[in-house]
Amino acid sequence: MSLDFLYPVYEVMRNAGRCTNCRVCERQCANGVHFWSEKTGRMESDESRCVNCHRCVAFCPARALKIVRTDHTYKENANWTGQTMEEIYRQAGSGGILLSSMGNPQPFSSYFDRLLLNASQVTNPSIDPLREPMETRVFLGKKPDRIERDEDGRLIDNLPPQLQLDVPLLFSAMSYGSISYNAHESLARAAQELGTFYNTGEGGLHEDFYRYGGNTIVQVASGRFGVFKGYLDAGAAVEIKIGQGAKPGIGGHLPGTKIAADISKTRMIPEGADAISPAPHHDIYSIEDLRQLVYSLKEATGYQKPVIVKIAAVHNVAAIASGIARSGADIIALDGFQGGTGAAPTRIRDNVGIPLELALASVDQRLRDEGIRDAISLIVGGSIHNSADIVKAIALGADAVYIATAALLALGCHLCRACQQGLCNWGIATQRPELVKRLNPDEGARRLVNLVNAWKHEMMEMMGGMGINSIEALRGNRLMLRGVGLTEKELKILGVRHAGE
Amino acid sequence: MIIQAGGKHFHPLNEEIRAAADDHITVKQCLGQRYIGCGLSGKTLTIEGTPGNALGAYLDGCRITVKGNAQDATGDTMNDGVIVIRGSAGDATGYAMRGGKIYVRGNTGYRAGIHMKSYRDKIPLLLVGGCAGSFLGEYQAGGVIVVLGLGRPPEEPIVGHFCGTGMHGGHIYLRCSEPPRDLPVQVSVRPAQEEDMTVIEDCLREYCATFDLDYDTIRRHPFLVLRPNTKNPYKRLYTSN
Repeated sequence: MSLDFLYPVYEVMRNAGRCTNCRVCERQCANGVHFWSEKTGRMESDESRCVNCHRCVAFCPARALKIVRTDHTYKENANWTGQTMEEIYRQAGSGGILLSSMGNPQPFSSYFDRLLLNASQVTNPSIDPLREPMETRVFLGKKPDRIERDEDGRLIDNLPPQLQLDVPLLFSAMSYGSISYNAHESLARAAQELGTFYNTGEGGLHEDFYRYGGNTIVQVASGRFGVFKGYLDAGAAVEIKIGQGAKPGIGGHLPGTKIAADISKTRMIPEGADAISPAPHHDIYSIEDLRQLVYSLKEATGYQKPVIVKIAAVHNVAAIASGIARSGADIIALDGFQGGTGAAPTRIRDNVGIPLELALASVDQRLRDEGIRDAISLIVGGSIHNSADIVKAIALGADAVYIATAALLALGCHLCRACQQGLCNWGIATQRPELVKRLNPDEGARRLVNLVNAWKHEMMEMMGGMGINSIEALRGNRLMLRGVGLTEKELKILGVRHAGE
Repeated sequence: MIIQAGGKHFHPLNEEIRAAADDHITVKQCLGQRYIGCGLSGKTLTIEGTPGNALGAYLDGCRITVKGNAQDATGDTMNDGVIVIRGSAGDATGYAMRGGKIYVRGNTGYRAGIHMKSYRDKIPLLLVGGCAGSFLGEYQAGGVIVVLGLGRPPEEPIVGHFCGTGMHGGHIYLRCSEPPRDLPVQVSVRPAQEEDMTVIEDCLREYCATFDLDYDTIRRHPFLVLRPNTKNPYKRLYTSN
């Protein structure tokens, strides 16, 4: 034993009476937790390797397995928790930055959970979505501020390019590299079937997926990986990534060990070399500079595609969004501090940024106050948990939402938060062929379509209950929201009255 | 075909260039119009005057010659083609370029060749006749940057500060004997050997022919080669949590 010894967090409980020694758990675990012991004549476990991803539990035919948190403990201390102590041991041993995956797991409460929706009673009839038409289609992009006619009085088409979504939800950016080929294919096919979009992230677009281009948003970030004319032309829209909710203010770093042949080809970089996305775009120091990148992309794509600018929700987000709206961009994507990630420094993920709901409300209000709300559409993301969150986000002022963590859960992710290790047993956050093939894109796409259709039905029920039959009529309709247990200040920022008012 | 730029906004000017049936286009009286040649392929453009920022961004196989100076972000994310600047080029020249060549007769500003990369047979080259500003080759991931320092006063450094910061691939050639004083630890420097020089010989000859310079005079002076010590510079920075 040594100073660096950390007691395993999880224990594998194997019900000896049920276990048939079929060794499925051993085959399913890429972390090497389970093994057959000749000596003892039974299955054994090395729980120090367990990440609690539940793959073995889900595949054990005898239901002989469960994973529990160890009751091994340090002396009770409400101030210095075991987690805090162990992080110090890790850093003292290695000298490294703590690296984590997926969104902020700290116990910050959700503002969505303290907002309640209205429903019609007596004076304003509710609408039954099963019987009456209910519009969930939205168009994202800049709306013209006036109708123009030629000298003969005919309408001039002055509509800038728009994205048409049949449901106000898109799959947010996850690169090929951070997630697998089959995960990307699942997202692409689901987006096509649902009439919405998925997003390449900063990893380029695999040649097999150009056929889903009409439902693809291609991303341009500071590393410019895989960006060339054909890539820009392939997508339905181009997204400039400035920031990400899980790691505002810092860049990305895909280690060389994950740049296998196919990833290298898609990112257009050599195999085995680190893919470093610098923290800033080094040509963007101002809104004027951002405008330059927006217009260089518009010029390169002949003004046929909307340009999205994605930022993390940070302190001065309203002023920044106002600048983006004036930069020529068509859509702002706003990512809250609980958004997911394939890998981010723990301290950044858990301590930087602001809640999505407050950022969204202040951005929408600022754009309205300045009379430029219609100059730009607003997509928000960062821990959208369910259909009610979407309805509330739209009532707070969003045009649509981005989901990613929920989409990965639909594909089988169990939120073990070990993506950075590249050994995802569910075939999502890995590039190992034997693991990737565990995720069947037919099944993946079907589950994503199921999830989104179910949410769509729920949204229509909630809208119908409020007497609203079009998503457009819900946008920014904050009278449909009431707060519970919120302070005056919080209600003021959200632009929402307290329940009972 | 001749296109008069004059006081035109960049939008109609670039439309005109894109729509031009002629493969050879001369843009006259250019007054800072941005995004000229953005994503263009298969044309030969000659520009008289000063094109604005993002000249030849995402360029995909054109030849662009500027009879004057260029501004910032020339050849941003360029994939293929040749850009020749007879004067100087501003900041971020060749930002993230993946292929093709940029020849600058004069100087270039800050952050030239930043995040330049290479891929398979694509080895981009940025060749600057004069001096380069600070942050030359920052985050360089591949490709070749050459700075000749022609005509500089002896006391003037060939590059500014922080050359090669974050460099993790590619090569920088500096035609001087003294290495930059503040090279980061992950960048190694050594005098160029014959085999190093063969890498850039063809381009250097082409450059000299383009600008009517004497190859032998330029070649005779010693060069330094800068390379990253490792292509995984951030490898040990992390601890899995």
